[in-house]
Amino acid sequence: MHPAFSVIAFTVSSGAGFGLYMLLVMAHVFGFLTMERGTIITATILAMVLIIAGLLSSTQHLANPKNAWRAFFRFRTSWLSREGVFAVLFFPFAMLYLLGVFLSDTGSIGFFTKLMGLFGVMLAFATLFSQGMIYGCLKTIKQWNTPLTPTNYILLAFATGALLFNLLLAMNGHESLGMMGGITLGLIFIAMIAKGIYYFWIRTPSSSSINTATGFARGKVRLLDVGHTAGTFLTEEFGYKTAKGQLNILKVVVFACGFFIPFLLTTFMVVGASAAVFSALLAFVVAMVGITAERWLFFAEARHVVNLYHGAQRT
Amino acid sequence: MKLGLVVDLDVCVGCHACAVSCKQWNTSGTTGPLTDYAPYDEDPSGVWFNRVRHFEVGDFPNSKTVNMPMSCMHCEQADCVDVCPTGASYKRAEDGIVLIDQDKCMGCNYCSWACPYGARELDRDTGTMKKCTLCVDRIYDESLNEIDRQPSCVITCPAHARHFGDFDDPNSNVSTLVRERGGHQLMPELGYSPTNHYLPPRIMKPQQTAETPRKSLISSVKDWVNQSVAR
Repeated sequence: MHPAFSVIAFTVSSGAGFGLYMLLVMAHVFGFLTMERGTIITATILAMVLIIAGLLSSTQHLANPKNAWRAFFRFRTSWLSREGVFAVLFFPFAMLYLLGVFLSDTGSIGFFTKLMGLFGVMLAFATLFSQGMIYGCLKTIKQWNTPLTPTNYILLAFATGALLFNLLLAMNGHESLGMMGGITLGLIFIAMIAKGIYYFWIRTPSSSSINTATGFARGKVRLLDVGHTAGTFLTEEFGYKTAKGQLNILKVVVFACGFFIPFLLTTFMVVGASAAVFSALLAFVVAMVGITAERWLFFAEARHVVNLYHGAQRT
Repeated sequence: MKLGLVVDLDVCVGCHACAVSCKQWNTSGTTGPLTDYAPYDEDPSGVWFNRVRHFEVGDFPNSKTVNMPMSCMHCEQADCVDVCPTGASYKRAEDGIVLIDQDKCMGCNYCSWACPYGARELDRDTGTMKKCTLCVDRIYDESLNEIDRQPSCVITCPAHARHFGDFDDPNSNVSTLVRERGGHQLMPELGYSPTNHYLPPRIMKPQQTAETPRKSLISSVKDWVNQSVAR
């Protein structure tokens, strides 16, 4: 699949935003972190900015954006529509939560604000799940058609959101940094395991082959001619190919930058409090590079079955 | 009704006439134009509803060239319709034809991802997805003669490799052909249940093939000189 930059930016940015919001509100409402009012307000606004930036970026890959408003009306069948509806519904609840915190004196909020915040968490989770299911529901791409796809989207959103949360806590010189640091380490570890399982899983080819695509199962089938002299929409969109070596290098980048280095830096942040802000910032930036590479690979490694009509023997 | 096509792979000669006539009819049809990109340049490209691919089945000398024209299969389980977030893609209840409302499409490409047969192509100029309409603007046109109320590709095919009809009727021409010739669907394992069927080539005696005699030194030199001079 052709990796579209706008979609990569959308999923990475909104993932971090939703992850940050969910962790922040749960930490606040359930009270396992004590935070000042200012930190909560900054974090909520930052999360919403990241999500809005992502949503705006996602409209960039539409060829006919004037009809984008129609995308909310097929909630019953389309995961893309569901994602849009959940993402938009998220904002009023997040705004009410933000307002509640803003109006409180010390950051201690009432039942209504807590409820609004938690509704926002549920909608953020639903958006991330739908985002994963957009890819997960496609039977045509075996590398996506797995429960691991939404799992990875959700876990990586939590991991990147946690790293961003750490950064905000460290910048405010917070004493509960150790607690959040520990949670972050756990989230990064789980996300890494899930991604590792995914990479092993996609190594097996799908059941579709050039034989099932043409209906000739008894002999070898090979493409003689694709029937067109120049590229088509299909070859541009689905015929994306990269060198095997490049894919392997990027996988190293995913595990090193996405998981390993942020893990070490977060550990360092918890232990060496003097350089906490620097470690947290570096951990977040490096993780963003790693997760962008992960998202790029997610597209580049996906092999659509239409390639069987363009010469591929298996997908 | 379940309207669709049967393509006879035994007689298809791979001339691309169906693809060209489809382009000609539909570029001024309901979902037209079928935009061309750089039509007079080195690598002309554009939107087509129908594309012909050529395969070799089996190993020489027991091999056969199979030409496979492909357009929308008008699947019973059309995932392209389910995934469409705007409702631009729809499947007609009355005859099973899958269509795209050009006024609603936002060009997100998602339906083309869901289609295993490569039937949907984005028109970069209009920013909308386009696909085979089964010539819906032709098959119901009562101002045409009855014989002409068929998709353009079917009428054009010089080898009579294409047949149009109702798969719901067990005695229709297409149902009979599929039953008698063992017609199959493409990629049935994905569960899209495509309406269009393909008839496999008939079993024939292998044709004798002669070895090409090796060229003499003189003729090789002559060929080389002729090529050089022509350039």
